[in-house]
Amino acid sequence: MTTGLFALDTAIKVVVVLAAMLSGALVVIFAELKIGAHMQHRPGPYYAGGRFGWAQPLADGLKFLQKEDLVPNGADSRVFRAAPYLVVSATLATFVVIPFGPDLVVRDLDLGVFYLLAISSITTLGVLMAGWASANKYSLIGGLRAAAQLIAYELPLLLAAVAVVVQAGTMSLNGIVEAQAETFITVGSFDISVPFLLKGQLIGFAIFMIAAVAELSRIPFDMPIAESELTMGYLTEYSGIRFTMFFLGEYLAIISMAAVAATLYLGGYWAPFVPENLLNAAGPLILGAKVALLVFIIIWIRWTWPRLREDQLQDMAWRWLIPLALANIVIAGIFKVAF
Amino acid sequence: MSQKRIAFPFPGLFKGMWVTLRTLFRKTPTVFYPDEKEIPVPRARGVISLDTDACTVCMLCARECPDWCIYIEGHKEEVPPAKEGGRVRTRAKLDRFDIDYALCMYCGICVEVCPFDALFWSPEYEYSEHSIAGMLHDKERLTEWLATVPEAPAVES
Repeated sequence: MTTGLFALDTAIKVVVVLAAMLSGALVVIFAELKIGAHMQHRPGPYYAGGRFGWAQPLADGLKFLQKEDLVPNGADSRVFRAAPYLVVSATLATFVVIPFGPDLVVRDLDLGVFYLLAISSITTLGVLMAGWASANKYSLIGGLRAAAQLIAYELPLLLAAVAVVVQAGTMSLNGIVEAQAETFITVGSFDISVPFLLKGQLIGFAIFMIAAVAELSRIPFDMPIAESELTMGYLTEYSGIRFTMFFLGEYLAIISMAAVAATLYLGGYWAPFVPENLLNAAGPLILGAKVALLVFIIIWIRWTWPRLREDQLQDMAWRWLIPLALANIVIAGIFKVAF
Repeated sequence: MSQKRIAFPFPGLFKGMWVTLRTLFRKTPTVFYPDEKEIPVPRARGVISLDTDACTVCMLCARECPDWCIYIEGHKEEVPPAKEGGRVRTRAKLDRFDIDYALCMYCGICVEVCPFDALFWSPEYEYSEHSIAGMLHDKERLTEWLATVPEAPAVES
């Protein structure tokens, strides 16, 4: 491919992914407003847009854009300004390797899982920057809590993913999806293939989801934001477009983590009984459905459970999740070698 | 110092999940106020109405009001004798009777204390104002509410 073609190709992919993911984030925001409201026995947004309040996220976004862009006096202005964009761009960068179909992937890296886990932890760096640069005690505590939380969830997240990598024998996300599409057992004339969730990764999936919720710093692991104790944590001093960026980044990250979990454990764009030549067309829909399911679970947890203390998360991660994840890898390795 | 370890909160966590899931599919009880209106129960404490004919300006309500939101003024006037050659009687005449609903806490003590049944509860509740001064209802306004007072329940024998 010539350089010009490559540039055009990349530009198209970037624009498509950006548009799809930003509108996806709006949908997730709306889903959170509506589902959360109904779980609390209230109707939620109702008037915006004429019906069901469907335009509420757009209206909120427009309102945020009108707000004054404040930078506190004592703040480290440059770092303060850069932090939200770092968070959003790091989150968007995770979509580079997520496959929406056999060919619908921006770039199928051989080290896909490695890249994904590395780039998604950069968001924590942005959060720490925001907390440090705000010159505000709440922000600082929030940022440091986010960094402390990283120590708790990052290892279980990685180790849970390693078990999948061991089972699939590849780090490429396309390869992992293909490994799940392979025939697992043959009953009569039916070739039955199952995703990794049912191939003994149930515990791994649970660990991954717990760690993912902690990475997203959502309830029950929203200690960095903890509005009842830290006002809004590292977001305290942000307003206007920068707050919108953080807000979008949070919801983009939910989609991204849900997409990763769906790809690793639920078969990604693959679904049973869908002919292989249709996967490029149906893939985004199949992955979207799986992502929607996982996003619903994440929202459901948020509106149900109370917040843990920071030490309780550390306790849970180091005493339960990491040993379980290590045992999970060993078992996956034994099965890989033995069968 | 030994710290108490967290026990795995089973099955409470999942009970909670079940509760929120069940609530998600229930109809919300919200009444969309300006579009649909809730019908208050007949004896709801919406607004206090005044029967000026029954009021004797005895001031009991104003004195018992915990918020001092009732303003009463009156004067004496002479009534000609009912029968020829009788004595001229004096009677208290009500000049001003205001209730400041910005202060009122809807305790109903004035209604309870009135010895001549001049004050009544009405279930009407739509009298909000843009200006706080508008919350002061004068005697004429309080008398208008009288039409909305529901029929008193029958006295038990």
